[in-house]
Amino acid sequence: MLLYRRHVGVVVPTDDVLVAGLRTGDEETFACLLNGWSGSMLRLARSFVSTTASAEEVVQDTWLAVFEGIGRFEGRSSLRTWVYRILVNIARKRATREQRTVPWTSLVPDHVPTVDPQRFRGPGDQYPGGWRAFPDRWPTTESEVLAHEVRSTVAAAVESLPIRQQVVLTLRDIDGYGAEDVCALLEISMVNQRVLLHRARATVRGRLERYFTGVDA
Amino acid sequence: MTCEELVELVTAYLDGALDPETEQRFVEHLELCDGCEIYVEQIRRTAAEVGQVEPEDLSAETRDRLLEAFRSFPR
Repeated sequence: MLLYRRHVGVVVPTDDVLVAGLRTGDEETFACLLNGWSGSMLRLARSFVSTTASAEEVVQDTWLAVFEGIGRFEGRSSLRTWVYRILVNIARKRATREQRTVPWTSLVPDHVPTVDPQRFRGPGDQYPGGWRAFPDRWPTTESEVLAHEVRSTVAAAVESLPIRQQVVLTLRDIDGYGAEDVCALLEISMVNQRVLLHRARATVRGRLERYFTGVDA
Repeated sequence: MTCEELVELVTAYLDGALDPETEQRFVEHLELCDGCEIYVEQIRRTAAEVGQVEPEDLSAETRDRLLEAFRSFPR
């Protein structure tokens, strides 16, 4: 169901090439990974520790651990998953030291509608729970200027999300991980994963709607 | 299934995670309801637009420090 997803940005070579590059000290390989993965890694780290500076240190310590451990990497998971797991372990330890152990699972808001209930017909209506007015269709963004504005709108919306929603959204819709992988990495249930992802997407959709049509979501 | 219920199930639907009976009701509703068809398409579009976002980056100092650490790492 990820047909609509296009991979953009940095093109990362296959794991064999990457692992060989890291083992032999190929700087181009490492620079490519730094460019491609650092943003997601920062976001992931930031969900465990209390400051951006602390998250940067987690990312840094992760890479140092990767340099140490790459000789022992056996390829049972993808390289990126292996790196992300190291990061989560380091971030968890650090969070314990910072006494900031907020369990992921306790913070999922459920049963709060993701679309304003005012947009649906009330219980006394002939069609309760039906749209009062359909959402407006959005224009395509063929022009570069519009596409650029859409990207900044989306980026700002993502930044404004609670950090756990940001992390799940980043792993799923930017990194392209599947639901199972995200659950395993973050040690959260399928239900929590889905609630976080859906709330995140619904919020970003609302921002886009406001941008495209001027209607509040 | 009402529109108000459907909008909460879109991500589960896109992940193929609905039970067969709920999925059938979801699909049947979608075939008849332009509003929900638009909504589902917009969630898809949103996920695709999110995929275009470049996440924030490491500070230049951390980046330089890591490149240097990689260069000088004993192999």
